[in-house]
Amino acid sequence: MSKTTRLLVLFIPLALFLGMTLFLLRGLFSDPTELSSALVGKPVPEFQLPDIYDTDTLHTEAVLQGQPLLLNVWATWCPTCRAEHEYLNQLAAEGVPIIGLNYKDDSREKAVNWLNTLGDPYQLNLYDEQGKVALEFGVYGAPETFIIDAQGHVVYRHVGDVNERVWEAKLRPLFECLQQGAQPCEL
Amino acid sequence: MRVIMAVVLVVTLMLLSSAAVAEQREFETAAQQQVYYELINELRCPKCQNQTIADSDAPLAKDLRDRSYDMVMAGQSKQQVIDFMVARYGDFVHYQPPMQWSTSILWFAPILVIGFGILAITFMVKSQKQQQVTLSEQEQARLQQLQQGATDDS
Repeated sequence: MSKTTRLLVLFIPLALFLGMTLFLLRGLFSDPTELSSALVGKPVPEFQLPDIYDTDTLHTEAVLQGQPLLLNVWATWCPTCRAEHEYLNQLAAEGVPIIGLNYKDDSREKAVNWLNTLGDPYQLNLYDEQGKVALEFGVYGAPETFIIDAQGHVVYRHVGDVNERVWEAKLRPLFECLQQGAQPCEL
Repeated sequence: MRVIMAVVLVVTLMLLSSAAVAEQREFETAAQQQVYYELINELRCPKCQNQTIADSDAPLAKDLRDRSYDMVMAGQSKQQVIDFMVARYGDFVHYQPPMQWSTSILWFAPILVIGFGILAITFMVKSQKQQQVTLSEQEQARLQQLQQGATDDS
């Protein structure tokens, strides 16, 4: 074995070690709870749900079509939903269309009361008492926010609260791209 | 005998632990029951990421158990229930990952490691064999001396 090959062979463990270090270092900064939705690129599931204010009014998946919008999954038992509520009010005031999906709330009265006291940023609010429609969406906690395009396809799912940082960095660029409606939009 | 008793104990404990969370369910056939228990021990809770839906008492895990039960009772096969869950929650929800490009390392890494090991060993053995020893004149003489001595003694 010549000297250089010998030297190369000796460096293999070091190279392996460095590779492993980089790989594990990346793991330190990744968040395992951030799962991308299995629904991305697919049309929203079919559903029929009552309106939260008036349970006789039924909405279907058609309410999620026609323009790009946000679908926000929330409940009064969810502290993070409380934290993001102010910001949703602000987005709604700026003209961003948001539809609410009330997910397994303690009671309808409580949810309506929350909207009456904290403000209602939603164009309309779906009342999913048993979480069956949320299951169709692959929801595993609240809050979750889906970005849906004008054709009713899921484009992105954000888990956790929507705040200024998340909106400006991720959601707004994607959303505005969808509103312009030409090229395929990706994050 | 001891081994058998230990096995019985472990199996009983395992059954108990999975029954700790799971609700009382009624089944029409034993096959349905088996499929249901296989499912809830193979599906992963997306909320509490290192537990099966049988282990977890998160409300979401209960919802998924309920849905699995309903589907099994409606005559759906095990694979149909798994496909249903994967379509909504992604591959993440199933503890048996599908073989894809992104998961291929799980299957091939062990083979690669063993392959590299075999290669390394054969390489080392070969290079040892090929080493030719050339003796200096003094060593040659000493060797002859030693051989001479050995034949004299015998």
